[in-house]
Amino acid sequence: MNPVASTDAGAGNQQFLVFSLGEEEYAIDILKVQEIRDYAHVTRISNAPDFIKGVANLRGVIVPIVDLRIKFRLESAEYNANTVVIVVNVGRRVIGIVVDRVSDVMTLTAEQRKPAPEFGVGLPLDYIHGLGDLGERMLILVDIEKLLTSREMALVDEAGESRAA
Amino acid sequence: MDVSEFQDSFFEEVGELLEGMEAQLLALDLAQPDPEQLNAIFRAAHSIKGGAGTFGFEAMQRTTHLLENLLDAARRGELALRRDIVDTFLETKDMLGDQLGAYRQGREPDSQALARICAVLQRLADEEIGATGSGKTGASRDTKPAAEKSSAKKAASGKSSAGKSSEKKNPKAPAPVDEQAERCDGYRVTLLGVSDKDRDLLIEELGRLGRIDSQRRDGDRHEVVLASSESAADIEAVMCFVVEPEQLKIEALVTPPQAIAEPAAGSAVETRAVKTEAPTLAPPVAGDAPGAAHMSHAQAESSLRVPVTKVDHIINLVGELIITQSMLNQVVGKLEGAAKAGLVAGIDLLERNARDLQEAVMSVRMVPMDHVFSRFPRLVRDLAAKFNKSVELVTRGQSTELDKSLTEQIMDPLTHLVRNSLDHGIEHPDAREAAGKPRTGVLTLSAEHQGGNIVIEVSDDGAGLNRERILAKARERGMGVSDAMSDEEVWQLIFAPGFSTAAQVSDVSGRGVGMDVVKRNIEGLGGHVEVLSRAGQGTTTRVVLPLTLAILDGMSIRVGRETFILPVSCVVESLQPRAGDLHGTVGDDLLLKVREDYLPIVAVHQVLGVSGACTDATRAIAVVVQGRGRRYALLVDELVGQQQVVVKNLETNYRKVPGVSAATIMGDGSVALILDVNDLGQLGANRKEIGIPADNPVMPTSHRSPSHESRCIH
Repeated sequence: MNPVASTDAGAGNQQFLVFSLGEEEYAIDILKVQEIRDYAHVTRISNAPDFIKGVANLRGVIVPIVDLRIKFRLESAEYNANTVVIVVNVGRRVIGIVVDRVSDVMTLTAEQRKPAPEFGVGLPLDYIHGLGDLGERMLILVDIEKLLTSREMALVDEAGESRAA
Repeated sequence: MDVSEFQDSFFEEVGELLEGMEAQLLALDLAQPDPEQLNAIFRAAHSIKGGAGTFGFEAMQRTTHLLENLLDAARRGELALRRDIVDTFLETKDMLGDQLGAYRQGREPDSQALARICAVLQRLADEEIGATGSGKTGASRDTKPAAEKSSAKKAASGKSSAGKSSEKKNPKAPAPVDEQAERCDGYRVTLLGVSDKDRDLLIEELGRLGRIDSQRRDGDRHEVVLASSESAADIEAVMCFVVEPEQLKIEALVTPPQAIAEPAAGSAVETRAVKTEAPTLAPPVAGDAPGAAHMSHAQAESSLRVPVTKVDHIINLVGELIITQSMLNQVVGKLEGAAKAGLVAGIDLLERNARDLQEAVMSVRMVPMDHVFSRFPRLVRDLAAKFNKSVELVTRGQSTELDKSLTEQIMDPLTHLVRNSLDHGIEHPDAREAAGKPRTGVLTLSAEHQGGNIVIEVSDDGAGLNRERILAKARERGMGVSDAMSDEEVWQLIFAPGFSTAAQVSDVSGRGVGMDVVKRNIEGLGGHVEVLSRAGQGTTTRVVLPLTLAILDGMSIRVGRETFILPVSCVVESLQPRAGDLHGTVGDDLLLKVREDYLPIVAVHQVLGVSGACTDATRAIAVVVQGRGRRYALLVDELVGQQQVVVKNLETNYRKVPGVSAATIMGDGSVALILDVNDLGQLGANRKEIGIPADNPVMPTSHRSPSHESRCIH
């Protein structure tokens, strides 16, 4: 059941989905990604934090949509033709995250994966696996599961969690 | 195949058998036990024992073995049943239930409990069996076969799977076959050079044709002695599908098969034993032999056991279908041209079919209330004994159907209510007599459908609620009450948290943690609770629940640019407020005068923070809703329409949202939130101090009942 373990196996290679938020490039474990879709038909939820855009219908499943650009306090969060929603599976939940652009899928070797820096790059260090060093490019490897289930994301309430369990 | 799969079905079977056993035990007339009932109880124990043996559940096997012996003696009249003996049986049933729970979790059952119950049963057997005198020498003769039988069964359950499956495929066969066997209508079927796989298959096939008495293997030669009423040609015809004619030899046996059957062949011994010991005995006992899988055979013919998840999946898919269909509806509505008429007709038909399909699928989830009510005879019996009261339980409307998930969830609230009635409602026999009532109190459980709801009532003919005591207690607790309150309002007080008027706190009820929990649970299921009581005549607690939680009759409303769904069951009426009916109170709060009542106004756009909504109350629509004992007016922009919606849980992937109970998917594929009327009222009350004490749970309501009699849909 642990997808990370299976990708870690072998030569220490791991596949990542690379996306952009503003100028930065981020990467998440590809096995957490369920699908990528357009940003459309999101129903606002009252009294939710601003980065929770609302909920959307994903073939009959109600999925919350989180705009990471707002969460990471990027200067602009526009919704245009490039704006996409990456639907991820974290824990037992399905959550959509809004990003500026999805660029590609990359395999990083163990050498290319560096430990996280000592200081912040816009989001708390807890949620950063490390950095992906591609020479010219630098990818911020995000532990999407940890990020989305964190208390500050307010996506999961403890009462609801215990009920679901 | 996975053994655990069989185990699961065995567990389910045992659960049902135990339930059945309990129901039969409770229904037993001790003075004149119905032999059929005793047989049924015996068969249940017997089946459990067989299955437990198959899976190696020793504790369960031992317990049922002892129980079976006792039951066997009882049905043969050697054990005179008494109430305490039935109690012991019931206790054993509970113990078996515990064991079942343990095995389910992969644990071994409590060995001390096992030792205790075994000792109790053993003592009962030693002391009681034959004590009636009717057993005479028969007692020793007859208890023996039972033991013999069980060892035979052990042997049988240890037999090859082919042998077992052959038996289970043919539960009805033994009785007629037996007679045939006596008339030497047996065969020796010899298989030559047949592969192992085919052979097992063939033996299984043979098992369907009759009873396999023995098998012998000698190199590539396999001999099967079969007792069957089929003709040799028929047997050959069946076998020909698998083997060549030269591989098969069928000889008719002239001698009775028993003579050549090896004594160790379990089933032969067993069938004979059953035949000789009780000629009147129903044949299923023989068929009931080992193996758990075939226990369900009788039910399997008329019903199908399906995991709930599968049904839920179908329900989800049908929900999707409905959504797709309304999507098509919307598109067709916008179409123009000649082809439209035909398309509209087709879509209409699709709509009707989809609705029918949805209804049919939903009905799969529906189970009769019997499932719920059947738990109560035991509870009532035990509690009545505990309180030294004499209580008769009457159930009505057992066949009323309800969503299965709801039946599970109303169990606890109903149990609370029944306990309350027994503890506080129904008086002691002496007190009843003094009050001129029969010594035996009557507790009635009833269920009936009313519109889209099910109404479940728990009524007793006890003393009724004590108005004075409730009021005194309420004052003591500093609740705002007055003597002028109507009975209904007073009765509502018992739902306040921690409220108890019980003079004595018993371990069953009276701690005051009951009624508010009951109320909250029921409301959590989208229902409500009403109490009717009359001093000296009894109390009725009425629980009104929606039939299902999966589909809801919704009214879609628009606020700003957002669409929400209101459960129609909460809507009392809707109207356009006139300026003269709006009354300001302290602050900027508004009260709306509807006929004689002043209702607080909760503006949806305010509590849910919707922008661009109509803020002028006289231009908006006021929807009068009934929530948690209080009635108020929701201010919305527009009523869009009424439709059935499929309820989708928001908390699956997200969290609880204040003021929202769930979500649904609209015809255009967008998500709409279903408003929680109780919660919204609270939100409104919290947001601004409404001119009504918030701790008073009851709003002075009008004389009209809180139903939706005057509803206007725009």
